[in-house]
Amino acid sequence: MKSLARRRRLALFFRYVCTLVTWAGVLLLGLLLYHVSRQGVEWLDLEFLQSFPSRFPERAGIKSALWGTCWVISFTALFSIPLGVASAIYLEEYARKGRLARWIEINLSNLSGVPSIVFGILGLVIFVRTMALERSVLAGSLTLALLILPVIVIAAREAIRAVPQSIRHASYALGATRWETVRHHVLPSAFPGILTGVILAVSRAIGETAPLIMIGALTYVAFVPENPLSPFTTLPIQIFNWSSRPQQEFHYVAAAGIIVLLVVLLLMNATAIYIRHRLGRKPGR
Amino acid sequence: MTVQLRKKGNVRERLIRWLLLGCACVSVATTVAIILILATESAVFFREVSILDFLFGTRWTPLLEPRSFGVLPLLSGTLLIVIGSSLVALPVGLATGIYLSEYASDRVREVVKPVLEILAGIPTVVYGYFALTFVTPVLQTFFDGIRIFNAASASIVVGIMVLPMVASLCDDAFRAVPRSLRNGAYALGATRMEVTLGVTLPSATSGVVASFVLAISRAIGETMAVTLAAGATPKMTLNPAESIQTMTAYIVQVSLGDTPAGTVEYQTIFAVAALLFAITLFMNVIANRVLRRFREVYE
Repeated sequence: MKSLARRRRLALFFRYVCTLVTWAGVLLLGLLLYHVSRQGVEWLDLEFLQSFPSRFPERAGIKSALWGTCWVISFTALFSIPLGVASAIYLEEYARKGRLARWIEINLSNLSGVPSIVFGILGLVIFVRTMALERSVLAGSLTLALLILPVIVIAAREAIRAVPQSIRHASYALGATRWETVRHHVLPSAFPGILTGVILAVSRAIGETAPLIMIGALTYVAFVPENPLSPFTTLPIQIFNWSSRPQQEFHYVAAAGIIVLLVVLLLMNATAIYIRHRLGRKPGR
Repeated sequence: MTVQLRKKGNVRERLIRWLLLGCACVSVATTVAIILILATESAVFFREVSILDFLFGTRWTPLLEPRSFGVLPLLSGTLLIVIGSSLVALPVGLATGIYLSEYASDRVREVVKPVLEILAGIPTVVYGYFALTFVTPVLQTFFDGIRIFNAASASIVVGIMVLPMVASLCDDAFRAVPRSLRNGAYALGATRMEVTLGVTLPSATSGVVASFVLAISRAIGETMAVTLAAGATPKMTLNPAESIQTMTAYIVQVSLGDTPAGTVEYQTIFAVAALLFAITLFMNVIANRVLRRFREVYE
């Protein structure tokens, strides 16, 4: 039998290791942000936001990438949010706990684990080739919409499930139909939770690169998309393109692009965390 | 009048129900479409190349003469990334999960949890940049013979990338273990470490295992970081200092290049993607099974 003092020392040591490792993770985030901002901050100015990519690093900018991201993400949100929320409503409020519901459920959790590049292949065959959308904003956003659909459904279901059953019962007791109950009581109560999930899912789509490369989004685009059928590039693709070049200067340009991307994402994440924090606490909602 | 209204309402209710069901079926259709596409397109490939040569060949040179379509070098590249990232993510993620659930105060949790979420939300292309411009130079100052593109640096950032998921799933698994189990051990005079490792961890095994499997599956499917940092030279090696190529990075390489669609070279991406899909699906199914079982135990 080990002595008590030794056991205590070992326990303390274990505690220190776990603490240290956790804070190392936090430190790592700091290190990453510090590294990127040190490399890119000098290249970041208004001109960088307003100029097109160029073969000269000092003239290169992200105008087309920023606009491309805006276009693609708007359409992605337009397709995926109604679809995702509707699926969640069906699964939580309508489906009987039968075989079909279980099937859809299992399918969703597996689909959310499919590598994003496989979605890119799906988009390439269905949207780019079969539907002949070419390398357009529409093809890109449809692909991304399918990619984040499972994430939205899973988040929306959790939010809907968190609505107290008593609210539904009260509504039914007053003679409301199922849809009226959902529309006027369940959805408003679940709204903050759904919004949080949607923001996180859309921010994931903003950072996606591989599926868009698969469907053939171009890496050099010196124009702003004019309609949903225009070719496009996005911020992550532009960053990938600059990072993969050998010249050091382009790495700095890439870092400047990363700063812009991360600022957008951090703002969205912060909003999501804030909403959850503020609205998640109110009892009864 | 009331009867009429009732009927009208019924029609609308039923219509909405069907509409919602239709939306819910989109995700099922997506899965079916993925499977169909991968099956039919790789069938085209396997008409030219035998499936045995593909699965067991040790040379992968589909774009160069003499052509060879053995996928093992890509698989070994992926394996190398999986091993490396697991060495980073699994122990660190588990320790973080233990710290968050067993030691951390609520205030610390409120800081660490969002940080982990932000880490999880950083795009993979950013991790690729970090590997290329930070991790690789650091590795090069400490070790000799590390290439500009190397498996080690890619593995490290993929590990960082999946770490938050492991940590938060482990945290969940530990928190699902009832207090009473821990209290029983404390009553017998165990230290907190002994309780954690002797009682809580064994009770949470299935959750921890599921998080590990999901992490590995994510590492297999990871694309941009390995494309940027691990290189584009498919080879059978387990030396992390070397440049390699993973299955995902190969698919990206072909779609960025000018290989004409419809040729055997081009069809390789569907065969590789089918293999990738099969492997990750298999692992996800296992992980979800394990997770569901463990939820049933404590809920």
